[in-house]
Amino acid sequence: MVIATTITDSKEELHSTFASRYARTSLPKFVMPEQAISKDAAYQIINDELMLDGNPRLNLASFVTTWMEPECDKLIMASLNKNYVDMDEYPVTTELQNRCVNMIAHLFHAPVQVDETAIGVGTVGSSEAIMLAGLAFKRKWQARRRSEGKPCDKPNIVTGANVQVCWEKFAKYFEVELKEVKLRKDYYIMDPVKAVEMVDENTICVATILGSTLTGEFEDVKLLNELLVKRNKETGWNTPIHVDAASGGFIAPFIYPDLEWDFRLPLVKSINVSGHKYGLVYAGVGWVVWRSQDDLPEDLVFHINYLGSDQPTFTLNFSKGSSQIIAQYYQFIRLGFEGYKNIMETCMSNARVLKEGLEKMGRFEIISKDVGVPLVAFSLKNSSKHTVFEISESLRRYGWIVPAYTMPPDAEEVAVLRAVIREDFSRSLAERLTSDIEKVLKQIEALPPRISTRAAHLISTRDTHLIGSVSDTPVATEELERSVRESQSQVAMECRNAGREKVSGVC
Amino acid sequence: MVLSKIGSESDVSVHSTFASRYVRHSLPRSKMGENSMPKDAAYQIINDELMLDGNPRLNLASFVTTWMEPECNKLMMDSINKNYVDMDEYPVTTDLQNRCVNIIANLFNAPLEDGEAGVGVGTVGSSEAIMLAGLAFKRKWQNRRRAEGKPFDKPNIVTGANVQVCWEKFANYFEVELKEVKLREGYYVMDPVKAVELVDENTICVAAILGSTLNGEFEDVKLLNDLLLEKNKLTGWDTSIHVDAASGGFIAPFLYPELEWDFRLPLVKSINVSGHKYGLVYAGIGWIIWRNKEDLPEELIFHINYLGADQPTFTLNFSKGSSQIIAQYYQLIRLGYEGYKNIMENCHENAMVLKEGLESTGRFNIVSKDNGVPLVAFSLKDNLRYNEFEISDMLKRFGWIVPAYTMPPDAQHVTVLRVVIRQDFSRTLAERLVIDINKVIKQLDALPRNSLLIKVELSGEEKPKRTPLEIQKDITDTWKKFVMAKKPKLVC
Repeated sequence: MVIATTITDSKEELHSTFASRYARTSLPKFVMPEQAISKDAAYQIINDELMLDGNPRLNLASFVTTWMEPECDKLIMASLNKNYVDMDEYPVTTELQNRCVNMIAHLFHAPVQVDETAIGVGTVGSSEAIMLAGLAFKRKWQARRRSEGKPCDKPNIVTGANVQVCWEKFAKYFEVELKEVKLRKDYYIMDPVKAVEMVDENTICVATILGSTLTGEFEDVKLLNELLVKRNKETGWNTPIHVDAASGGFIAPFIYPDLEWDFRLPLVKSINVSGHKYGLVYAGVGWVVWRSQDDLPEDLVFHINYLGSDQPTFTLNFSKGSSQIIAQYYQFIRLGFEGYKNIMETCMSNARVLKEGLEKMGRFEIISKDVGVPLVAFSLKNSSKHTVFEISESLRRYGWIVPAYTMPPDAEEVAVLRAVIREDFSRSLAERLTSDIEKVLKQIEALPPRISTRAAHLISTRDTHLIGSVSDTPVATEELERSVRESQSQVAMECRNAGREKVSGVC
Repeated sequence: MVLSKIGSESDVSVHSTFASRYVRHSLPRSKMGENSMPKDAAYQIINDELMLDGNPRLNLASFVTTWMEPECNKLMMDSINKNYVDMDEYPVTTDLQNRCVNIIANLFNAPLEDGEAGVGVGTVGSSEAIMLAGLAFKRKWQNRRRAEGKPFDKPNIVTGANVQVCWEKFANYFEVELKEVKLREGYYVMDPVKAVELVDENTICVAAILGSTLNGEFEDVKLLNDLLLEKNKLTGWDTSIHVDAASGGFIAPFLYPELEWDFRLPLVKSINVSGHKYGLVYAGIGWIIWRNKEDLPEELIFHINYLGADQPTFTLNFSKGSSQIIAQYYQLIRLGYEGYKNIMENCHENAMVLKEGLESTGRFNIVSKDNGVPLVAFSLKDNLRYNEFEISDMLKRFGWIVPAYTMPPDAQHVTVLRVVIRQDFSRTLAERLVIDINKVIKQLDALPRNSLLIKVELSGEEKPKRTPLEIQKDITDTWKKFVMAKKPKLVC
């Protein structure tokens, strides 16, 4: 009898994934492993480790879309392998981008004729959009200064201190000075009067936010425009405005159509909006639109000839996926104006429900305004014993991610919690969050105050990550550290001794 | 008898998509529509229009991955709603990125201790990676010049003319002068000797390419390193090297492990590689690795505090999807060294099969080298009757997308066709492509002679006798102008 053996290894393929050796070995973290492993094992291992990531839909810190319809998921999957930049090979995808640009330009009342193409481009997010807009302003300003025979080596940009980190990045990477208008207690956005005062001959533009990250407020672009028009008349500097409508750009046109913040104001030359925020698409798409051809210097644009017609491109990224652009177009035609309006109205309504639920508890002060991005920012009326940071931590045990952070200068003593209401945050979730916050308050109150409030603020600021803002508060002094350590060990002991109620984790 | 009527008209939602009114109306193109439409209709309409896009897998122009295993597709879809930048909320995803950086740094022989973290970051592609690398070089150079009390307003970068467009973008947007080493016929990469000659005190770095877009060649980074070391000794300028290994970075370590091109060479300070090329992930991921902390100026890094631990970030993009990063880690552990090696060897094999098939037609010169990125760049031996652009056009009718382009200066008279061999380009497809190219040649041969050529020949009595090379150049120029009017700039 001849027995022929072909496979040397004992039938690895037969093993159920968790029976195989793969579940027993440590995953490579530093060096590429020598051998391949089966795809099922690779899938299972990675999938399992990822279970420990937060649940995107319970992440109330983020404005970025976390749910789309299955039909759209299908379109996204089908186009995962399309490299967007291959405009010649994927002409339809390119055209879908152009249609989106046109639609958004019209939504923002760009002065575009009926059959004229709007000037704009799809980007990976508002960061790229802002860098492109900033670059256009910088180049225009340099050209103007050069023609006037004046120095052009010290450009600056005027914004509020509530600005998102990508403006700081733009300033640093493209060598533009950032002149920030400081905030103050109860006024957490850029003051147009102060902003215009800061404008000088080196200012390439004033950047205003429609939908501040911190409180969701809309800045008063109309007032800024009026003041700046006056100033420009006096100085002859012709300083323009850029509106960072990352969040607000897909809210204002539907809920506040009479609010003048876009190209209806003559000094607004470019606007960016995140497709992946209230544009209702997954992370990875933003849009920037310019008022007209003049506002985008030609020497920044690379030209691609596409079957006879010219396709200008001006992006930082080159190869990238096509999925999000197709998804954006899906949302535009699927929802239309009425669809977006309905969704935004629902978000505002759910935000109100949450706000009222919090007000009823009598412990919170609502910092966010009713008009703005649908979010609720709230602080504790009395934070001498317990802080919002503790509430944020405790809420995590219920599965909610609600960030706590301190305001930028000059309002650093104010600490807030912020819950962003996205499309997929239904009323039942709003009610559940309210009841969980109530539970958390009860639990925290039963505990002794952990550490002095000031220390809590400082330490929590050092330890907590704020999405979209870098807040660097000075480190606590040595004395404070010591008292912190003492208090912490005291609390730890009390917790060990006291019988604590078991809190259920995330289901 | 009572007849009760339930609905007034039959309910819209009952209609099959193609029976509904939605397929009768023109889709909004410039203004958002007033009304919503059912999701099935929206899906169907967009899906159908997209049928007219090219088939990504038959797009032989691109280096970018067009196929991944279904298990990986599943992981990608599951993480499509994760915003990568939320490091606090998705610590595991962040950890996966860090592991990828470490693995790639070690693959490139970065001088790291055991268990030491690599210095690098995941980007959206090599463009972002290159801009970050360039920014680091620029800032380092500026700091050094400032410390020396010298002017720092005219930085420049030395590269070859074969460089990819993102270098031109970097130079334009970040106000750095681009000093290009011109190519010449038969030598389509950057000449290290000429490059080093172009270096001056304002040079922030010399950028070498491992895997030129045009013909897949690896530039001689070792020679560049040696020559630059010598020059640095003479001048004291301390100019360093960046290696654009967008394509080659995931090929050389597996096929040519002895080739010294990476951090083994002391002057190489940063390397970028595209995860979405031979990293075998879909479009949307690149990697940039620095030799060590000193090569990345601290002032460019933004710090985000993550539950007490510091997470430095230095990227142009902020919010972006997590799918590709997870997919990259999947590939690295799924394939391992042997898996990548096998795939690259297969690609190389299939490239040879295609090359031999083309050679056996007797009509083509092979412009690409055997060593390098697995692609075949070829030009017609005789392009008086018809040229490479026509072949490219005809191949489209068979479904293949094979781009034709002319070389950059000073080799603009040379036109090539280029086929990139990706992971999913099997031998069967290679053989089929050869068959189809043969068909195309037969068809073109049967056509009457090019009318343009006749025009050139007839006007010959007033002009001096022109050499074949001149005639060839004329025709190429004319065709180039005609086709360039409808052809895009070359995309890698």
